[in-house]
Amino acid sequence: MTAKQIISRIGLWFAVFVIVSPAILFFLWMASLSLKFEVDNAAYPPVFIPEHFAWKNYADVLASNRFLTYFINSLVVTGSATALALLVGVPAGYGIARMAAHKSAIVILIARITPGLSYLIPLFLLFQWLGLLGTLVPQIIIHLVVTVPIVIWIMIGYFETTPMELEEAALIDGATRWQVFRHVALPIARPGIAVAFILAVIFSWNNFVFGIVLAGRETRTLPVAVYNMISFDQLSWGPLAAAALIVTFPVLLLTVMAQRQIVAGLTAGAVKGG
Amino acid sequence: MTQSAPAAAPIGAAPEKQLRPPSYWPFVVPALVVVLAIIIFPWVFTIWMSMNEWKVGSPTTFVGFSNYLRLTSDPRFAEAVGHTLVYTVLSVLLPLVFGTFAAVVFHQKFAGRGFLRGVFIMPMMATPVAIALVWTMMFHPQLGVLNYLLSLVGIPAQLWVFHPATVIPSLVLVETWQWTPLVMLIVLGGLAAIPTEPYESAQIDGASLWQVFRYITLPLIMPFLFIAGMIRMIDAVKSFDIIFAITQGGPGSASETINLYLYSVAFVYYDLGYGSAIAVVFFLLIVALAAVMLYARQRMLWTEIASGA
Repeated sequence: MTAKQIISRIGLWFAVFVIVSPAILFFLWMASLSLKFEVDNAAYPPVFIPEHFAWKNYADVLASNRFLTYFINSLVVTGSATALALLVGVPAGYGIARMAAHKSAIVILIARITPGLSYLIPLFLLFQWLGLLGTLVPQIIIHLVVTVPIVIWIMIGYFETTPMELEEAALIDGATRWQVFRHVALPIARPGIAVAFILAVIFSWNNFVFGIVLAGRETRTLPVAVYNMISFDQLSWGPLAAAALIVTFPVLLLTVMAQRQIVAGLTAGAVKGG
Repeated sequence: MTQSAPAAAPIGAAPEKQLRPPSYWPFVVPALVVVLAIIIFPWVFTIWMSMNEWKVGSPTTFVGFSNYLRLTSDPRFAEAVGHTLVYTVLSVLLPLVFGTFAAVVFHQKFAGRGFLRGVFIMPMMATPVAIALVWTMMFHPQLGVLNYLLSLVGIPAQLWVFHPATVIPSLVLVETWQWTPLVMLIVLGGLAAIPTEPYESAQIDGASLWQVFRYITLPLIMPFLFIAGMIRMIDAVKSFDIIFAITQGGPGSASETINLYLYSVAFVYYDLGYGSAIAVVFFLLIVALAAVMLYARQRMLWTEIASGA
């Protein structure tokens, strides 16, 4: 290795360090805040690694009886909205790709541009009129605004790249279109479905704006619950940061574990709901 | 494929319809129903509501366009438009600059690239409310870590989101931190598509790193930068979670963007008719901004061609 190569290597690593550190430092600081007692969190200059870790912050959050309710609410809303979106979105992506109905993508584009709040006004009235407020159903339905376009968009792109030959052969052998979809196209599309699933789960899990309007005391999802914690105890940073980390931890884990799928999905569609 | 004569086709069937086998329709119908219910219906209903005086708990009356007229003389709305534009311009430009730099770096080969890329995109995937909460703590004028970091390099303490003059730049800082990864991913996709020949000849000609970037890389990734800018614009205009969780539009109304004002009108004052009018105008504004960007891009292409000739 020549001197010049070594210098450019060092330069590269320095650049990598500069780029990644805002993300790393932020999440380390978040973890630090969540593991400190109030004394350390209120100290100046700030303490980065405390002498005593306040695991109690996590225990308190997890032990509060409401936390379990909100966690289950989040699971139900995200789970149902993602499952329903896959159920209708995967076949739709297949149909649109095979019919080459590219103009239908305009609807998805409109959904992408529309601010989430604009859906809330009419749907809020509808749910009120149907007497559904107070249950999780309104949130499940409105989260479809996020998940369905993501799934359809990614599946159109994926089915356009899968080979037609196998499907045509199956058709010639006398299979119905449904059988072709079920036994030929669907198994091949599994990686695409995984991408759609991961992104739908993340953006539904993170969603906040629908919850603050539609959720009641019993039907809050985790992001809304964390927001409500801010207004109640502004000053106890430790438990607040612990709660924030608990809420976002599943997503962060998924991001690092499935970064390949996420990168593929985001560069294909650059989708984000709400 | 059967070569059916046009005469054999049922009356009124366009030749195009034969190209699209109707048998794929059943796949699309369920999604179509869902999209009609949750996307199209809300839109139609919003437009209808925007022409009514519609407040929760009182009877509705048709008022035509008066909600829209009311917007033109609403100083709070005008102020919100201003905030939104400033916020958007900054939140498009800064991630574009940093994201392009990050993409150039991530385009190089180095150990642990996949993992580090995963770490780099964590801010955009993390739950916005959760990170907003931590940023709020970091912005704290007395106990926040940011003022401590500033003090290390000799810069006086700032009030960050607690002062009207610095609140929008502070929020843009969060937005930039959060969304630079998306720009990076899109530009990275563009870099992967660039052929290697121009770089080889530039190396032979002894071009500097900056020259290579300015005269080879940048023009070639321009289309991707444009897409990234467009997506960033759409998201920045609509930005809600971060602003709402950190400042709720304050202090006073110094960081109240259109989206936050829309929230207040519709779900704090429950003035749904007026809120719907804001929603419609807001959507049109986003479309108009997108059109302006497209037009600017078109103009740029033409001047490039003209100066190249």
